[in-house]
Amino acid sequence: MEILTQVHEKNLVAWAKDRPEVVVFSGDLTGSTEIGLFKQHYPDRFFSLGMAEQNMMSFAGGMARDGFTPFVHTFAVFMYRRALDQIEMSIAYPNLRVRMFGFLPGILTPGGVSHQAINDVGVLRTLPNMTILETGDATDVESVLDVAQAVDGPVYVRMLRKDIPRLFPAAERMQLGRSRILSRGTDIALVTAGICTEEALRATTLLAAKGVSISHIHVTTHKPFDDPALAQQLASVKRGVITMENHTTVGGLGTEVAEMMTEHGIGIPLTRLGLRDTYAHGASREYLMKEYGLDAISLVRATERVLDQRFNINEEDLAGVRLSQFSGEMQLEAL
Amino acid sequence: MSSSTQTETWVERATRVARGIRRRALQLTIEKNGCYLSQALSSADILAVLYTRVLNIGPSQAPLKPPPFAGVPRPGLHHLGADYNGPRAPQYDRLLLSAAHYAVAVYAALVETGRLAPEALADFNADGSSVEMIGAEHSPGMELTTGSFGQALSQAGGVALARRLKQESGKVWVFMSDGECEEGQTWEAVQALAHHRLDNVGVYIDVNGQQVDGLTSEVMNIEPLADRFTAFGATVVTVDGHDIEALERAARTRHAGTPLVILCYTNTACGVDLLEERKPNLHYVRFKSEAEVNRYRDYLRKM
Repeated sequence: MEILTQVHEKNLVAWAKDRPEVVVFSGDLTGSTEIGLFKQHYPDRFFSLGMAEQNMMSFAGGMARDGFTPFVHTFAVFMYRRALDQIEMSIAYPNLRVRMFGFLPGILTPGGVSHQAINDVGVLRTLPNMTILETGDATDVESVLDVAQAVDGPVYVRMLRKDIPRLFPAAERMQLGRSRILSRGTDIALVTAGICTEEALRATTLLAAKGVSISHIHVTTHKPFDDPALAQQLASVKRGVITMENHTTVGGLGTEVAEMMTEHGIGIPLTRLGLRDTYAHGASREYLMKEYGLDAISLVRATERVLDQRFNINEEDLAGVRLSQFSGEMQLEAL
Repeated sequence: MSSSTQTETWVERATRVARGIRRRALQLTIEKNGCYLSQALSSADILAVLYTRVLNIGPSQAPLKPPPFAGVPRPGLHHLGADYNGPRAPQYDRLLLSAAHYAVAVYAALVETGRLAPEALADFNADGSSVEMIGAEHSPGMELTTGSFGQALSQAGGVALARRLKQESGKVWVFMSDGECEEGQTWEAVQALAHHRLDNVGVYIDVNGQQVDGLTSEVMNIEPLADRFTAFGATVVTVDGHDIEALERAARTRHAGTPLVILCYTNTACGVDLLEERKPNLHYVRFKSEAEVNRYRDYLRKM
């Protein structure tokens, strides 16, 4: 599997070249949110707003009213927590074209509780007019700008940085409200988002080898959450649905799927993997994913519980899995 | 128009508009059994000067009688609030109302300057009307949605930055209340306006020294305001907020490279001295008895 670095940093510069309406706001995290190259290339379209996020969000709303599209970059926590009222009154209510790039979603940082955006999707999903996207690989990161920019209203993006795997072919770009169906099966529907998709793929490879028939769906649009293809997958499995998210199990992907199942009358058990109504702490990504049950072995155990079977898969087996690119289309052909 | 209004000076006109704002606000307070009256009394002269002299704006683009509430902002729905302040054009100024609780004073100013029909005030705070008590961007004269305090100055910064990039000559005027100086975001905003040298922003602040719980000096002191704004990088002018000529002169202060802040010290009972007796609890005025209503009705007749 290919690992790319600084994907957003490079992509944003190329993408913004002929889009003079796009301006970038930095909250004193220029290097940390991969906009240093943008600043270098387009100094006239880069604005430093400092450590003053409430002002930064309202400022972005004001600029959007006059025809520009501010791309606000900072750590997610400093937007949806520190400046929620500003997002609501200065951006969401007037339905303005502001793009919010929230970095360090979930437990992606050793920075601890102050830096970990564990409930951003849950909080922002309650805002009318808000579109919420999440990236899970390099292709998602490259194509999310087009998806966001096509929305006539505010967009929040859970963004990845630094080293990112390419799970999906570069040509298979993210689409608004359309999930990526990675495999189709009849036992279990597995719905994952963000970094959990890569982690889940380690387990699904081995589970498939053990004869488990899994529908694996990668979600990139948290709101609106109405992909008919996803609903169809949920309705087509017999034993249960499992969600896996880098977020608390309250208000995020697990809740979205629960709502969808209820609305469609899908009456099978739902298992939600994620932070179980708890804050986290500062440690490595791998350590925290294991501690909070967001790793591949946790998914294997959850699958065993749903199916009431044991597969004799251990952590060494999972560590040995080598991932290759997953193409939705290729998987379809394989079926 | 009578011949006397055709020959009146701008100061006379502004004075007349200010008096009209006070009269209409008191009338609404009586008719609607409650209103943000003291805010209208303290700000009447500031708004009168803005609408008659300071603002470089074109004629209203909105109907004299505002249509009912048409829904929250969504693609394809054009809100009329800002249209009452004239067409949006590069050379024109913009007025951004930060203290949305002053809506009644703005509506009255629009009526007094011929931008809104007097009958529109009958819909003030009526169900389904866009002439709301606190208002949002569908309400006459309001470009922003600002009932949550301290956000307009930051939004003004965004508008001003955009206008600078587009090389527009029009200025961005903000009307604020002094209570908003208790909000941290106000200082974040001044800091950013100064840092980005946004000298196309001018701010009138109604320093009436009063907030919901009572006197600002007792609830949360904000003084010395002039020193604070100066320290944050603004050019500051302090005026008597009921001195029409001083209010106008302040707008012409040179402030190259910095935002302009005009501190207007005002009295919440100005023009209706009867109200002095109710100080300092004047945030929202509702008369308590028929006898009290009658006293104010008598007062209104003489205004």
